[in-house]
Amino acid sequence: MKKSFKITLSVLAVAVVAAGCATGSSSVDLDKLTAQIVKASFRDQGIVKASVLDTDETNQACSAADVAGKPLDEAKAKAIEAANLKTVKWPESGKFLGDWKEGEKLAQSGRGLTWTDDATTPNGGNCYNCHQITKQEISFGTIGPSLYNYGKLRGVTDPASAAAKPIVEYTWGKVWNSKAYNACSNMPRAGHMGILTQAQVADILALLLDPKSPVNQ
Amino acid sequence: MRMTKTLSLIALLGLTGSAVWAQKSAVQSIEEYRLMLQDGNPADLFEAKGEALWKQKRGPKNASLEQCDLGKGPGVFKGAFVELPRFFADTNRVQDMESRLLTCMETLQGLNAAEIAKTPFGRGEQNNVTALATWLAAESKDKKFNLSQSHPQEKVFYEVGKRLFFQRAGAHDFSCASCHGQDNTRIRLQDLPNLTKNPGDGIGFAAWPAYRVSNGQMWGMQQRLNDCYRQQRFPYPGFGSDATIALGVYLGVNSKGSASIAPAIKR
Repeated sequence: MKKSFKITLSVLAVAVVAAGCATGSSSVDLDKLTAQIVKASFRDQGIVKASVLDTDETNQACSAADVAGKPLDEAKAKAIEAANLKTVKWPESGKFLGDWKEGEKLAQSGRGLTWTDDATTPNGGNCYNCHQITKQEISFGTIGPSLYNYGKLRGVTDPASAAAKPIVEYTWGKVWNSKAYNACSNMPRAGHMGILTQAQVADILALLLDPKSPVNQ
Repeated sequence: MRMTKTLSLIALLGLTGSAVWAQKSAVQSIEEYRLMLQDGNPADLFEAKGEALWKQKRGPKNASLEQCDLGKGPGVFKGAFVELPRFFADTNRVQDMESRLLTCMETLQGLNAAEIAKTPFGRGEQNNVTALATWLAAESKDKKFNLSQSHPQEKVFYEVGKRLFFQRAGAHDFSCASCHGQDNTRIRLQDLPNLTKNPGDGIGFAAWPAYRVSNGQMWGMQQRLNDCYRQQRFPYPGFGSDATIALGVYLGVNSKGSASIAPAIKR
């Protein structure tokens, strides 16, 4: 009963907007209607709650820019990047690099956080879905840039050195919250959104920056 | 049978040598494998079942679906698929093939559309909806998509669908566009069509319903969108919900002029 009431409401909303369409319905009306349709269409399932669609300002601004087909204006992009940079949690242990072998396992896994996973499914990093990483893994995606030789190309011979510090910190920040450096990056915010733990981010960093990692061979 | 196919895929993938060459070869091998499969698409079985269901008297009203109006008048099914989703005056809604079939199953046969919509994919009447959609898609095979944008609600749904396509949310901040917003990208070795424009004949919207070799299942567009949303880490879109239909309008209108190859066969 409650559901059919909701559906009636959304049909009404469509009719209202449709009537306005002859004169050209505004994008504000269309945004409102989209929000109503989203609310009526999605439901909780398993570990995924419908409330995740009430997303933050970063996603809202980037979605709107995508719909408009033009990038965010520079000031807005900078403000979003600054806000995201503030959320980065730097390693409490002071240890930026973990075990590259564990990092490789995380990079391989695309599991976790779907409605067919449960809360005990270990989250993967999803890295190979979009990036080339080691030369050995030929099944890699191309949405993100190649990360093969990531540390080597940036001259990292000793990740603990002062010389390597800026790139090590940037890489941590990028994995933790990609939007800190590119407001509307396609990359998930692995640390910020709770996909990976600090220890796991350190393992990913080792995969990218440890001179012994196959990435840098 | 599936075992044999899986084995032959592994065999094809096994013909690999040096890394760069191997990568190209793996993609080509998978293409060859898909071509080989075209000879015997198990979707044929679902088509036959769908045609029988269309004509069979069923439900509390003991009626067939032969008078179902898919947009071209009662009983006209040839060419209907490539014009859906569209606006229907009787329901005052924009509907896609699957949600329209639910309407016909309820009005003509007396079945409970809301119950069927709630049934999980692959069970009970949902299997019948998939079979019907598969047959009806086959009856428009090779025809070009030509969705109407003449009714105001059809225009509104295109605009809503576009907003849904670019909606970033969930644990991974993904939108449809994260994977389907650029040319020439892949997830792992899987090529991704750019669905913000016309992706061409038989690609994206023009390839579903499809038989999926990897899990041996026949999927309609509703299930395809549902699984995209699952992988996107979104919550669950209701079957035939306005969100899924608006997305269908966006994808279908973008595919205008492209030929449908449905029912297709997929990895």
